[in-house]
Formats: sequence, C-alpha cells, structure tokens
Amino acid sequence: MSILWFFILIPVLTITGILFTKDGKSARVVAASGMFIQLILSVVLLILYYAQRNAGNTAEMLFFTDLVWFPALNIHFTTGVDGIAVSMIMLTSTVVFAGIFASWEMEDLAREFFISLITLATGVFGFFISVDLFTMFLFYELAVIPMYLLIGIWGSGPKEYSAMKLTLMLMGGSALLLVGLLGIYFNSTLEDGRHTFNLLQIAQLQLPIEAQRYFFPFTFVGFGVLGALFPLHTWSPDGHASAPTAVSMLHAGVLMKLGGYGCFRVAMYLMPGAANEMAWIFIILTTVSVIYGAFGAVWQKDLKYINAYSSVSHCGLVIFALLMMNKTSMNGAVIQMISHGLMTALFFALIGMIYGRTHTRMINEMGGLMKVIPFLSVAYVIAGLASLGLPGLSGFVAEMTIFTGAFQHPDTFHRVATIIVTTSIVVTAVYILRVVGILLLGPIKNEHFEHLGDARWYEKLSAGTLIVAIAGIGIAPLWLSNLISGSLSPYIVKLTGAISGLNF
Amino acid sequence: MRQELLLVLITLVVLMADLALAPGKKHLVVQIALWLFGALTITGFLPVKEGSLFGGMYNTSPLLAGMKSILNIALLLVLLQSVKWLQKTENFNKAAEYFILLFSTLTGMDFMISSGDFLMFYIGLELATIPATVLAAFDKSRNASAEAGIKFIFSSALSSGILLLGLSFIYGTTGSVYFPDVIPAFGTSSLHLLGFIFLLSGMGFKISLVPFHFWAADVYEGAPVNITAYLSVVSKGAAVFILVLLLYKVFSVIQHQWETLLYVLSVATMTIANLFAIRQNNLKRFMAFSSIAQAGFILLGIMGADQAGMTSVVYFVLIYVLTNLAAFGVISSISHHTGNETISSYNGLYRTNPLLSLTMMLALFSLAGIPPVAGFFGKFFLFTAAASKGYYILVLIAVLNATISLYYYLRVIKAMFIDRNDQPIAWFRSDVYTRFSLMFCILGVFFTGFFGMVYETIYALAAGM
Repeated sequence: MSILWFFILIPVLTITGILFTKDGKSARVVAASGMFIQLILSVVLLILYYAQRNAGNTAEMLFFTDLVWFPALNIHFTTGVDGIAVSMIMLTSTVVFAGIFASWEMEDLAREFFISLITLATGVFGFFISVDLFTMFLFYELAVIPMYLLIGIWGSGPKEYSAMKLTLMLMGGSALLLVGLLGIYFNSTLEDGRHTFNLLQIAQLQLPIEAQRYFFPFTFVGFGVLGALFPLHTWSPDGHASAPTAVSMLHAGVLMKLGGYGCFRVAMYLMPGAANEMAWIFIILTTVSVIYGAFGAVWQKDLKYINAYSSVSHCGLVIFALLMMNKTSMNGAVIQMISHGLMTALFFALIGMIYGRTHTRMINEMGGLMKVIPFLSVAYVIAGLASLGLPGLSGFVAEMTIFTGAFQHPDTFHRVATIIVTTSIVVTAVYILRVVGILLLGPIKNEHFEHLGDARWYEKLSAGTLIVAIAGIGIAPLWLSNLISGSLSPYIVKLTGAISGLNF
Repeated sequence: MRQELLLVLITLVVLMADLALAPGKKHLVVQIALWLFGALTITGFLPVKEGSLFGGMYNTSPLLAGMKSILNIALLLVLLQSVKWLQKTENFNKAAEYFILLFSTLTGMDFMISSGDFLMFYIGLELATIPATVLAAFDKSRNASAEAGIKFIFSSALSSGILLLGLSFIYGTTGSVYFPDVIPAFGTSSLHLLGFIFLLSGMGFKISLVPFHFWAADVYEGAPVNITAYLSVVSKGAAVFILVLLLYKVFSVIQHQWETLLYVLSVATMTIANLFAIRQNNLKRFMAFSSIAQAGFILLGIMGADQAGMTSVVYFVLIYVLTNLAAFGVISSISHHTGNETISSYNGLYRTNPLLSLTMMLALFSLAGIPPVAGFFGKFFLFTAAASKGYYILVLIAVLNATISLYYYLRVIKAMFIDRNDQPIAWFRSDVYTRFSLMFCILGVFFTGFFGMVYETIYALAAGM
C-alpha cells in the first residue's frame, strides 16, 4: 500500500461519505474534512519525499508501485512521483481545500456540487501520480468531464454555451492526445516484443525519429489545448467566466496545469528529437499567447474575463518556458505553474466573494471597495501584485527564473521571442493596476455598497490559505526550486542530448 | 448444441404453458419464461469443449459459447425490462408469442454463430430475422409499429437477397459452401471479390452500417421500445459476431481488401450517423443513430484482425450490451409509466427522478467513452486494435467522431440536469424487474471496465483465432 494510493482513495471515500449525507450543510463538512486530510497528506508526502532524497535515493520516481491491469496489452497501474509531481500535488490539494471553503454557501444541489468537484480533483490527483500513459489519459478525461455539469448546473451567464464549448474543445484535444499516445505505444517495443505505456520504460527506448515527427504534434497540441495554447485557448475565457467560483479556481488553478505538465512529461520527454525540431512553431504560438492574453485582459471590463485572459497569458508563459529547454527556464516553468495556480485561484475566489456582495462583475460599476470590504480588497491587491511579479511573492520568482533561462539562448530567434514575451510584464501591470485603481480605490460609486460586510471566517480561511502559500514561495523560493530542479535532470539530458544528435 | 436444444425446449415449454394454463393464470407465462431463460443463461457459462457436429456444419468452442452468453445476458435484460409492458391489458394475451418469437430469433443467432458452412449461416440468419420483423409490428394497433414491421421485412428481404446473391457467387467460384473448402479456393479474382462485397452489403444491412442504414431509424422509432432495445443490442451484437468470425476465419485471404472496405464503411457510418443524431428529439430515433455510430466504431476493432482485435470487438459488444440496455431501461421505464419518449420531456428529470437520471447519465457517458465507466475501456481497446495496424488517421477520425457524439449525449444530460421545467415528469417507482436489470447494467458497466479479468478472460478465449 503506497502512500500515493491514498491520494485516490481519500477523494473516493469523501465522495462516498457525501452520498450518505442528508443535506448541503453536512455535505460541505464532509467535503472540507476530506480535503483537509488530503492537504495534510500532501505535506506528509513532501516530508517523506525529502527524507528519501536526503537518504540518498536517486531513483527517478519515488514511492514507485506497479500493478498489472490488462496483461494482454501490457497496461499497468503504475504510480510514482518525482519532485515536480510532488509540488503539483501540493498545489492541487491547496487549491481544492481553498475551493471547498470558497463555495461554502452553495445552496442549490450542494451535495451534487461537492461530489462533482471532488471527482474533478480525483482526476487531477490521479493524473499527477500516474507513470503509465493509459492511466494518465484515463484520469485526464475523468478530470475534464465533471466540468460540464459543474459549469452547466451551477454556472452563470451563458453557462450552457460555455460548458458545451469547453467540454467539446477539451475532448477534441484529448482526441488528438489519444492518437499521439497510441502512436507512442506502438512505437515503443520492449525486448520481449511487447509494447508499453510506461513512461520510464519508453524514455529508455528512444522512439524512432519518424514516429516522433508524426506523433509529437498530436501529443503536444492535445495537451496544449488544456494549457490554453493559442489559437486553441478560446474555451478558457468563456468557460472561466461562466463557471462557479470554486470551479474557476480549480480549473484555472490546477486543471490548466495538466496541459503544461503533460506537454513536457509526455510529449517533450518521450519525443525529444521532434520537440527540438518543432519547438520554433510552438515558441511563436506561445509568444502570441502571452502577448495576446495580456492585451485581451486590458480590454475586458468583466473581472472574470480579465482574469481568464490573464490566465491565457500566464499559461502561455509556462509552455514558452518549457520550450526553451534548459534547466533554468524549465525550473521557472514549473514554479510558474504553481505560482499561477495559487494566485489565479486566489483571484477567482476573491472575484466570487466580491460578486456575492455586489452582484456585479463589471469593474466600471464598482469603486472604492477598499473602504467597505478591506480584507477582500487587500487580498485582491496581494494577488494582483503576485500576478505582475512583485519581489517577495511567488510571481517574481517564477518570471525571473523563466526570463533568465530563456535569455541563455544565444541565437536571435530565442532572444527576440524572449524580449517580446518579457514586455508582457508591463501590460500585466497595466491591467492589474487599472483594476485595482477603479475597483478598490476612489469614491464609492453605488450607495448600496456602503453596507457590504467584509469576509466571513470561511472566506478568510480560503483566501488566507492561498496567500500564505503565495508568500511562502516568494519569501523562501529555494525549497521549491530545489525540489523541482533535482528532478529535471533526466529531462534536460534527453532534450539536450537530442540536439547534439547523441541520443535520438 | 446444448444451448440451442435447451432454447428450443424452453420455446416449446412456453408454448405449452400458454395453451395449458387457465385464462386466469396467464400471468404465469411471464414468470415461467423468465425463470427458464434465467437458468439457461447460467448454464451458458458452463465450460464447453471445442467440437463440431453434422460433418462440420455446426461448430462450437469456448469463444463461441462466450459470444452466445453475451447475447443471453442481453436478451435476459430485455425480457426483464419488458415485464411491465407485457402486463398491460392489450399485451396480456400476447405474452407467450412475445417470448416464442424472441427465443426463435436467438436460436437463429446461435446457429448462425456456430455455423460451419454458408447454408447453416443463411438458415440461422433467416431464423433470426423473420421473427424480429414480426416483433417490430407487435403493437399492431399502432400505425407506426405496423409501418415499422413492413419496412423491416422489406429491407430484410432485400438484404437477404443481396447476401444470397453474394453467397451464390462464392459457391459458383469455389464449388462449395463448406468453410474449410471455401478457404483454400478463395482468392482475389473479381468474382470472388464481387461475391464478398454482396455478402458484406447484406451483413451491412443487419448491422445497419451506412449506406445500408436507412431502415434503422424508422424501424427503431416505430417498434415498441423493448423491441427497439432488442434490435439495437442483440440483433446488432449477433450480426457483429458473425461478421467478425466470417472475416477472420473464411475471408482472411483477402484481408487487405476487406480492411479497405471496412475503412470506408466505418468513416461513413460514424460521421453520417453522428451528424444525424444531433438533430433528433425522439429518444428512440436518437438511440437508433447512436447505435449506428457505435457500429462504426466496432469496425475499427475488427480491422485489428488478430487476437487483440477479436477481443476488443467481443469486449466492446459486452460493454455495449450493458450500456445500451441501461439507457433503454430508463427510456422504457419512463415510456411505460408516462408515455414520454422525447428528449425535451426529460427536462428537469433529475430533480424528480434522481436515480433514473444518474443511471441514464452513466449509460450515456459510457456510450460516449468517458471514464470511469466501461465504455472508455471498450473504445480505447477498439482504437488500440486499429492503431496496431497503423490506421492512425482512421483512429483520429473515430476519436473526433466520439467527440461529436459527446455533444448529443450531453444534450440529453443537459435536459435532465440543467434545463428547468415547470411540469417535469413526476416521481414514480419503476417495477422491480426493471430496477433489477438497471442495477445489473450499472454494476456491470463499472465492473467490466475496472476489472481487467473480464478482458483477460475474453482474450484467453480468443486465443485460437
């Protein structure tokens, strides 16, 4: 019984527990306690992971377990984590925990809401602990499909349209992904003639370069859709804007990270030759993504749309950094995933809480909120400052690392792309400060707003958890950075080996 | 042979019981038929040895017995779901006929699966088809049902004719109808291929592949809902089994040619059926197009043309049986209790009938191939089978089609869970038989997917192919 199995088991038990509750009030208590245990468990995992590493365990994946599932096709249920997976699990459990409290007041079909939300979380946890492509794909789809119900039932605005668009685009992405995965499977023949889905075994094998050229685009774009790769990002603004608070948090905070994570762990790691050959295409696309997302955010008036476009920009930066393929930038990419996950979750949580009070998300209809709801407003400013990369918060660590790494490339193409991407920081500052100025400062525009109540205990708990995590990374980034960079070596070896032609 | 003999015996017992029972005790017919058939389903799982009878006309093997067991389970579920309908006054006196006709078609299918020459195959096919057309017209007082029967018998006769023409070509060119004699004499000359194409077209009618699918939607819509379930699950499943057996055993010489044909058929079937399904509002028509599209997916597994391909097809049919019958169980239960058969009448169903809605949702997710239900595994293995032969483009088309299919499956889920309705279908309690069948289906849909042993068992059975 590996500790990793508990990451699946506890959500499943929580769902079962919720089924036995009578009403929404007890359902949310069960959900919160289940996810609290999950949060504790992920801290335990982190400690155990460090203990193992300090004891000199240098295996690529720790807590490795391997169960045969479908022997005829050599499909296994294989679990294991490296430092990157551990940090993603930490992120997920934090955001889910905060998300439960952000939806504390859920009234309509509350039990069903928490069940769907935790099903989504189960998919995400399962994805991060999987080492087998089949189980990875299974959990990936499991994470995507509850979104339809979550947005469709509990969403707002044109929710049915947004839910359908999001589901179909993500499922279309997973269609491409499936072809890519099958291609990888049938091109990875073990010594005994069987094929394998096991990531580590495939990484040892070196896929033929023709197969890499054919299947890399499928796999990369398939994951890229979930990572909001331009021009396949259009589901994201609509989906996030229509989703209920906790779902926006979880989706922008965690689910979009599945895309970036899959891009480098599956597509780039297993097909380094093609990754090097085709990186330029995707570097151009992600550069567009970063700039376009930032400018898109400037033009929006709806708080959720602003944040959704900002997510497109920041997630584009993740994939951009991965494609730079050196240790510094990839390290930055993973930190950016976590940093963006936390701050965007905080943003969406706060937007949900503000909307719950003012009943509008249009920034020009609000103003001077700092005077009436100081806690939420200060939290909003903190999220904003993290987003534009203020030193001392997580965003700075991530972006600094990415740009330093990206600029290590001596050639013109990479440098120009890096310079263009770097300018997005300025645009980010524009839309963040503009929102802060209009929304929080200035006179109170609407007299109804003068009697708004500030955050309740559960809202403080939700926002506080995320702020502590953001500041924790910003103040002491090295523990996270070491955790990640220790696990990046095999990736760097594969990717740089492919350039020098040693290792196709 | 045990299976077929017992089936004939049960048919006769039901007939006798109907004659012998006093008019006041006719309701016992249903009980007798159900219990006897349930017992038969269980005996189907007893181990079977490989063997043949009548000079090779009739073969049996563990794999064939497994296929028959899948069909038995499917028919048993259909019977359970139709008890409520049979208890209605207008059907009360026809219950025995219903069982006799259904058992006859199943006997035909069993012979077809076990056939060792084209003669036995054709007799089995006709025995399976003709009673089915009668069943489609079972509600003879309803115009739509009578129309469905007529349409079905005409198109069946036509397809049988075409199939027979193909068989006569094959007989003419090889000089035999006996499979072991046909195999070495068969080749790639034009007449051989023409005969094969006619045969495949005839089978295409039975499986309702595009462009041979025109009868399906009207017949499915007009027939009583349980017969629709039967046609879309048992008939189609049996036809798929016999097709895959014929292709793998008899026509393996022209594997390259039939793979090309299936490629085209499968792309056309998936795409066209999906596009039509989007526009349907009647649930029976909707399920008709959905099941046509599923047949297109099955062809991908057939193209694997090896042990894994055979396994993926049998495994998928098993999952399809459980999944589709879960969906039809809900549809028939609602139809019997309230008479509603349209998607829009399901608006707001979750708030009044949560369990039925959840069952329907799981069934539709399984049809769309979404984890954690078994449809995901079934589809994944079909695609794996096709990809093993290098048909990646076909797999891509299929997966994109699966995404389109998700759109219309989600329409039903949207109606049940999201749409508001001032007058939703009121709460009602389904009858005990339907509830049992739905529970069986849902447990099966989880079990067959997650437990690798189901797949492994079928894989071991398919070893001899």
